[in-house]
Amino acid sequence: MDMRAKKQRLVLVGNGMAGIRTLEELLKIDADLYDITVFGAEPHPNYNRIMLSPVLAGEQTLDEIVLNPWSWYDRHGITVHAGREVTEIDRARRVVRADDGTEAPYDRLLLCTGSTPFMLPVPGKDLDGVIAYRDIADTQAMIETARTHRHAVVIGGGLLGLEAANGLMLRGMSVTVVHVNAWLMDRQLDEAAAGLLRQSLEARGLGFRLGAHTQALVGDAAGRVRAIRFQDGTEEPADLVVMAVGIRPRTALAEKARLHCHRGIVVNDTLQTVTDARIYAVGECAAHRGIAYGLVAPLFEQANVAANHLARVGIGRYLGSQVSTKLKVTGIDLFSAGDFMGGADTEEIVLTDPRSGVYKKLVLRDDKLVGACLYGDTADGPWYFRLLREGGSVAGIRDRLMFGEPMPEDDVPMQALAA
Amino acid sequence: MAETRSTCPYCGVGCGVIIESDGAQITGVRGDPDHPANFGRLCTKGSTLHRTATAAVTLQTRLLQPLQRSARGAAPAPIDWDTALDRVAGTFARTVRAHGPDSVGFYLSGQLLTEDYYVFNKLAKGLVGTNNLDTNSRLCMSSAVAGYKATLGSDAPPVCYDDVNHADCLFIAGSNTAWAHPVFFRRIEDARRANPAMKVVVCDPRRTDTASVADLHLPLQPGTDVMLYHAMLHVMLQRGWTRPDWIAAHTTGFAALETRVRDCTPEAAARVCGLPAEDIVEAARLFATSGATLSLYCMGLNQSSSGTDKNAALIGLHLATAQIGRPGAGPFSLTGQPNAMGGREVGGMANLLSGHRDLANAAHRAEIAALWDVPEVPATPGKTAVEMFQAAADGEIKALWIGCTNPAQSMPDQATVRRALERAEFVVVQEAFATTATCAFADLLLPATTWGEKIGTVTNSERRISRVRAAVPPSGAARHDWQIAAEVARRMAPLLGRPAAMFGYDTPEAVWNEHRATTRGRDLDITGLSWPLLDALGPQQWPVPTGAGLGTARLYQDGVFATPDGRARFSDAPWRPLAEPRDADHPLSLTTGRLRDQWHGMSRTGTVGGLFGHAPEPAVQLHPADMARHGLRDGDLVALASRRGRLLLPAQASEDMARDQAFVAMHWGPEFLMGNPDAAEGARGIPGGGVNALTVPAFCPASKQPELKHAAVRLEKTALPWSLVALAWLPEDGALAARQALRPLLARFPYASCVPFGASAAQDAAPGAGRTGVLVRAAAAGAPDAALLEAIAALLRLDTPDAQRYADPRGQQFRRARLDAPAGADGDARLDGFLLAGDTRSAGWMRTLLQERLPAQAYGRRLLMPSATPPVAQQSQGRSVCNCVGVGERAIALQLARCTGDDARRLAQLQDALQCGTRCGSCVPELRRMVRATPAATEPAPAPEAASLAL
Repeated sequence: MDMRAKKQRLVLVGNGMAGIRTLEELLKIDADLYDITVFGAEPHPNYNRIMLSPVLAGEQTLDEIVLNPWSWYDRHGITVHAGREVTEIDRARRVVRADDGTEAPYDRLLLCTGSTPFMLPVPGKDLDGVIAYRDIADTQAMIETARTHRHAVVIGGGLLGLEAANGLMLRGMSVTVVHVNAWLMDRQLDEAAAGLLRQSLEARGLGFRLGAHTQALVGDAAGRVRAIRFQDGTEEPADLVVMAVGIRPRTALAEKARLHCHRGIVVNDTLQTVTDARIYAVGECAAHRGIAYGLVAPLFEQANVAANHLARVGIGRYLGSQVSTKLKVTGIDLFSAGDFMGGADTEEIVLTDPRSGVYKKLVLRDDKLVGACLYGDTADGPWYFRLLREGGSVAGIRDRLMFGEPMPEDDVPMQALAA
Repeated sequence: MAETRSTCPYCGVGCGVIIESDGAQITGVRGDPDHPANFGRLCTKGSTLHRTATAAVTLQTRLLQPLQRSARGAAPAPIDWDTALDRVAGTFARTVRAHGPDSVGFYLSGQLLTEDYYVFNKLAKGLVGTNNLDTNSRLCMSSAVAGYKATLGSDAPPVCYDDVNHADCLFIAGSNTAWAHPVFFRRIEDARRANPAMKVVVCDPRRTDTASVADLHLPLQPGTDVMLYHAMLHVMLQRGWTRPDWIAAHTTGFAALETRVRDCTPEAAARVCGLPAEDIVEAARLFATSGATLSLYCMGLNQSSSGTDKNAALIGLHLATAQIGRPGAGPFSLTGQPNAMGGREVGGMANLLSGHRDLANAAHRAEIAALWDVPEVPATPGKTAVEMFQAAADGEIKALWIGCTNPAQSMPDQATVRRALERAEFVVVQEAFATTATCAFADLLLPATTWGEKIGTVTNSERRISRVRAAVPPSGAARHDWQIAAEVARRMAPLLGRPAAMFGYDTPEAVWNEHRATTRGRDLDITGLSWPLLDALGPQQWPVPTGAGLGTARLYQDGVFATPDGRARFSDAPWRPLAEPRDADHPLSLTTGRLRDQWHGMSRTGTVGGLFGHAPEPAVQLHPADMARHGLRDGDLVALASRRGRLLLPAQASEDMARDQAFVAMHWGPEFLMGNPDAAEGARGIPGGGVNALTVPAFCPASKQPELKHAAVRLEKTALPWSLVALAWLPEDGALAARQALRPLLARFPYASCVPFGASAAQDAAPGAGRTGVLVRAAAAGAPDAALLEAIAALLRLDTPDAQRYADPRGQQFRRARLDAPAGADGDARLDGFLLAGDTRSAGWMRTLLQERLPAQAYGRRLLMPSATPPVAQQSQGRSVCNCVGVGERAIALQLARCTGDDARRLAQLQDALQCGTRCGSCVPELRRMVRATPAATEPAPAPEAASLAL
């Protein structure tokens, strides 16, 4: 028999990967601690946003990327308000209100509002056929357009942009990637690796305009985009323009509730907002020590800490994440982590094997591995990432570092192998 | 397809060769079955001569046009022949007028033809009026000459090759015949087969291949030969083995020698020579009591500060025991060069005149003056090799004309030689090859013809004159040496107020005919000979006086010698210690000598990668115990320091060495050891002096031959932790040029070596054929700037886009590896080249992978991973032993493990199975050693595969 008083109420705003992962962690620790209510703006159960690219590429279906079907919510007695966007938090009454008027009181509030794509403020950004790449709706819009139109332009040569471009190409569109910087994925790759990436994407049929500044998107009579114009006056035909130039933490709701926001909803090491200890923020919307992470790995680490704290067993602290990147374009292996660009106080070890299209750069500082940038052979990525996070000295294995985790048989004398 | 009979340009055996050519290009070579020196046989060097004359080699290594340097150290620029010849004539004439005739010097070579020599000699002594004309024979044979003249009265080996077939005892002293005169050694082996009772005694501080087949090996301490011979004579006298009657009848001066050797007991000699007394007694017995004793000797006796005494003392043993003047008996000086003899015949030395005449002899001078129709020939003795370069270093000699030799590699005490070449105001180098170290010091470079292009005559060790014939026209603008000398002489004559007519030769035959006239009535009288006769009768041994018909095989058979009184003279010279004995500061004896498959400075043999299979890289050989005492492992870099210079070399343990002795092959000069331990010089891109940076200039007072065979040195540990190893297969038409381009870069390292490698010498179809390998090693205190490494990599074609790269600048690591396109039956890629800098642990197995063209695809990027053991199983064939067939140590070891019976039977089985040692035979002595070292198989032999796994 439950000796506790009536259950505490936990409300989650944001039915996405960060929030649901937090609930999952929480339920693992104590399934009965809270009455849980979830609000989600999208009319879908929690799905794996990262896998939208394989869906766009036609390698997976929507059903396959659903992480928590409706049955999961039922099983855990979670109340879901899908397709409802929370518009107001009444911190005094400890109630949240959605756009349809639905209200839910809370003892604890978990904000996982994620992020919104940044749209370039250029003329024509509101034309038909100009979209972002964020959710299932965007993905479906792209799949639809690919059936009926020919020319696609993706603005943004980062992770998301290249995945979108690859998907659209696989769906039969002729795709040009427009990137403002000198080389692709400049936040994840150095120039050499980006060069190899560009080569192999070009080999697949993608077109590129690097160092290209967009001046305007040009529409037709019907108000649909037909071309992109650059500052140098040149144009590229475009029936579809996908903006993938970055994301912004979604903080409107929090700001309205007077929660301190700066590059995200500012949280402490237990993911509680610095303004209101009853309110937590996890994921792309949260700013921890000045950083809002846009990748899934840190988000899961935050979820773990937040869940522990919600479960009242948490003395766990979130101290920030080392991030690593993989591009989800089939057949292209790249990996980067840490300070892969290096600097004056770092040393670089570089290996290239052009015949196998391999490039590996390791960055060291004070005999510690602080960065890695791999292209073509990422098998050792996880090992480097481990070394990077452990931050131990690699002086002893410096000359083996480039060739993967030392295996015992590396030292077996030849005679034995010959025999 | 034309065939031309000529001779081999290497050692003094003087083998006949048949050159195959298409008229413009030499296509092949084989032994001349009719030539009495070799009867069709050739050694590894001779049988690969055609490979040294390919278009690729010619274009990359030959001097093809006259070149002139605007300033020392500058790149030479082409000029036309007339300008070049005028400049030589003008500058020499000016120098002579300003400073007198002895202010110029001519330094020539035992590789010139008799005709070349004759014209140069006449130019110097007849026209310029100086006796400053000497040759590299001074480094080679002059002690033998002085020894013969002091005892028998004439510079004439009294014996011939055929004498090995009549000898009962061979006494081989200071000669590694098996390597230095391989084809003659084949005759020795035949003779022993025919006469199993024949005894062979070998005196040599090292256990050479020659020593390894001896019945008695006397590993005497360097420089103690005279003491050994005196002790042997002491024993002979004591045991009554001398021939007093013959001595009384045919010699003078024995009494003094008898007194001299009274105290030279075997026991006393044993202490000096480091030999068991009983071995000395046994040697004396074998020498004195055999039916016929033939002594064979070479540089071990000659290259010594007491070289003349060594020769004379050994000849004294022949005289005391009457082992001379009959078939199979006599002292036989084996000549090192193909025409050192011919050079002396025309008086091409600072102390000689044409026709074996002596400069010191007024009558001789008058005869020559008359023959040449000049007022006089100068009386002042000329400067011999060492003296000449000393004089140039001192500013006495201001103009040097160097022909067909490479003093910046071969002369002792390179520091002085370089000072000489730098101080001399005008240095002319007349050369066939642009690659010799001396070319770097020349103000003017004159391109000369060489083997396959030259026309004339040579005389080999047994006084045999052979015709040298041209198979192809001269390469590029090259001219014959005699022509160049004559043309300069014709230009110089008027400037010196002499008639140019005295050099009006139009053919080498005309030159030879004039030379012939100078021999009338001399010991070497060849007035009965002519070029048509040589063509008709084949090679002939002088003398051939008018009407003699055929040549003379043996001299002094009548017991009458070439002395005024017809009696041979004994020399009673005492044993004198080395010029530079070992001491506390320099406790090691450095000896130098030849490798089996190389010759001299390697300007020719060094163009054939395959000839490096037997001894691939420079090294200093040491006794294993000395290695251990200095804490050295094979391959460790050590510094050899003498009082004159330092040389860095990898150490190599050898059981053939005696304690406290070190051996470095004479071939390793600046052309192959580019590094420079002297940081300052190295920074200027000037290579070190090679092995002769260490050797002593001290020479024999009588023969003036320097003691190249011994220098006192010490071992110094080196602190050069950073190392570089690179190997690459390069196109045949680019490899040697790459080597040249690497030289200045490598000179910037304290240690660097660069050698070619390739398929086995006679295997044109071998893997890697059509390409030549280049092997680079370097060591330094720390990594050089990346630009230098990049430049080296580029020359080895490791800068291509497909090359694997690894760079860790802070860790001083720089690696490259290049695979070729998947090819071969297995469609697998091969390793084409690699460069390891910093951590070079992988060099061993990567070298095997590359040189043996093993499949390399599976290695992937592990080619860049430092590891002492290969990441993929592999099995090396080991060092190449038989170059002709291309058989390595491993194959021989595997086969031997299965051979049964006695040594002879197992050698036969080995040769049947692998064909090794069945062509030129140069490796047979080594095969014998391997047979002896391997126990005969007993139980049924295992399959070779099984054996391979067992190894």
